[in-house]
Amino acid sequence: MAFEIKNITKKVDGQTHIKPTSLILEAGHFNVLLGETGAGKTSLIKLMAGLDRVASGQILMNGQDITRLSTQKRNISLVHQFFVNYAHMTVFDNIASPLKVAGMAKSEIAGRVEEAADILQLRPFLARRPHELSGGQQQRCALARAIAKESNAIFLDEPLANLDYKLREELREQLPELFAGRGAVVVYATSEPEEALLLGGKTVLMNDGRVTQFGTTAEIYRNPLDITSAKVFSDPPINTATVTKKGAEVVLNGTIKWALDGDAANLRDGDYAMAIRPNDVAPLRTSQSTVGVTGQVQVTELSGSESSAHFSFGAQKWVSLAHGVHIYDIGQPREFFLDPSKCFYFGADGMLAARG
Amino acid sequence: MKKRYIITTAYIFFLMLPIYWLVSMSFKTTGEILGGFSLFPQEFTLENYRTIFTDPTWYWGYFNSIFYVTLNTVISVSVALPAAYAFSRYRFLGDKQLFFWLLTNRMAPAAVFALPFFQLYSAVGLFDTHLGVALAHALFNVPLAVWILEGFMSGVPKELDETAYVDGYSFPRFFTTIFLPTIKSGVGVTAFFCFMFSWVELLLAKTLTAVDAKPIAAIMTKTASSAGYELGLLAAAGTLTIIPGAIVIYFVRNNIAKGFAMGRV
Repeated sequence: MAFEIKNITKKVDGQTHIKPTSLILEAGHFNVLLGETGAGKTSLIKLMAGLDRVASGQILMNGQDITRLSTQKRNISLVHQFFVNYAHMTVFDNIASPLKVAGMAKSEIAGRVEEAADILQLRPFLARRPHELSGGQQQRCALARAIAKESNAIFLDEPLANLDYKLREELREQLPELFAGRGAVVVYATSEPEEALLLGGKTVLMNDGRVTQFGTTAEIYRNPLDITSAKVFSDPPINTATVTKKGAEVVLNGTIKWALDGDAANLRDGDYAMAIRPNDVAPLRTSQSTVGVTGQVQVTELSGSESSAHFSFGAQKWVSLAHGVHIYDIGQPREFFLDPSKCFYFGADGMLAARG
Repeated sequence: MKKRYIITTAYIFFLMLPIYWLVSMSFKTTGEILGGFSLFPQEFTLENYRTIFTDPTWYWGYFNSIFYVTLNTVISVSVALPAAYAFSRYRFLGDKQLFFWLLTNRMAPAAVFALPFFQLYSAVGLFDTHLGVALAHALFNVPLAVWILEGFMSGVPKELDETAYVDGYSFPRFFTTIFLPTIKSGVGVTAFFCFMFSWVELLLAKTLTAVDAKPIAAIMTKTASSAGYELGLLAAAGTLTIIPGAIVIYFVRNNIAKGFAMGRV
């Protein structure tokens, strides 16, 4: 099963919401749509689901043109961020509803519903109404409805965003096995880079209605194509600064210097946008090659096993993320250490020029 | 008794007093009513009710009223449902203006429309028919129904529609088997308000009818006879007009609270 979109665009009131986009999404792994709120993830899903009409371009399923096909005939499933269930029906009827509409035999419906309910641990609740369930159970009901139907494509639009932390972790762990071996194209939209990494598969990075990069999740995390992709796929936000390359050295803020090697050494002299992930800026010197940067600590956060510190130096506001508990004095200068080998250098056009 | 109950008790007392007086009067003879002040019927009589239930000119008044009110409620709600859905789900040219214009129909007094309706109905043969009165009342009730239903429908996320389409529901099937059950309390509240407005509206109902579709309220104004007003009879007829409204309220009481919470009632 494959879902292909060719140069599709979407306009609302004369404004372009989705710029020309082409993708080939395949079954067998997660296709994660990653982007901030408003990046166009939901718009793209609606276009693929047929809930909105494309302004131009083509949508193909297994090579067949389905651009003009109605949502009902596309045989797809969709799970929203909000728990959407049919309030007046029992959980059983909710899960069975797409099957009933498709005209399936009663005996087969019962079998399918029970199978889906077992996978999502809804068996004890089949006779209840959705509003008698907890948020997590309601969303599981929506997921069960999506998998009970043997659809060509399953679209999950931030399905875990409205759940509390524990439930989110629990469901996220179940998701990959839930869809494994179903033969459906699974498209999962999220605004959390961490979620994309946890789910694996392939990731589509989106920004401002445009796909900035598409590829194997680990691959595009390691090799951002341009600075926008690097920004989208980083949480906390990636640290950036303008650096000047001169000979075998780069200079940051006039005083901070480090030597280049590898690819970066071959760059032409001039200004580059440099980016480094927060977890490559450490509060302690870990090796001789690291470069010290002294900044004013502004905000610190301690999240379980990780400590983060927001600090500023020159015009830059950077974040350092490190394992373990580190104590920072707010308002005090402190030295952080960046690893030059983990730097990305982007040219004036925003494209990746070299890695450190 | 605690202090905070005093106001509530006084409120209910004053609210119920006229209703009690009406019911009490309906069991009195006209002589006793005119004779002087009495808290309870001194001479308990069912004669007033007997007159109403045996005289066709009386009880047909009730049938006529119930008939055109029900007809009006059915017409108003079924016409308003698709309109409210369009206002709630789609953006089109002039949608907000049209929505407001609908509401302005409720701002004009019924008397303004009485003469044109009379003239028009006489010309097309709708005069003195139940359908005629029901249609005239739709002028007020359709905007109201659209207004209330739109509020309820906008409270239902658009994602529900989308989920249903994805599940394979066609629009008509989605609307009848998913959407309507979801907003059923809204439909109940709307039907109640249409019923109430049509039930108490007198001017149009009286102007547009003569014999065949004459409402009970119009018949009540005819109790003035050569012997003066038959007050006992009038009170009994009044008591009976309260009952249908009370029954309808009983069925939609929980939904009305929901309607108030939605801010559209």
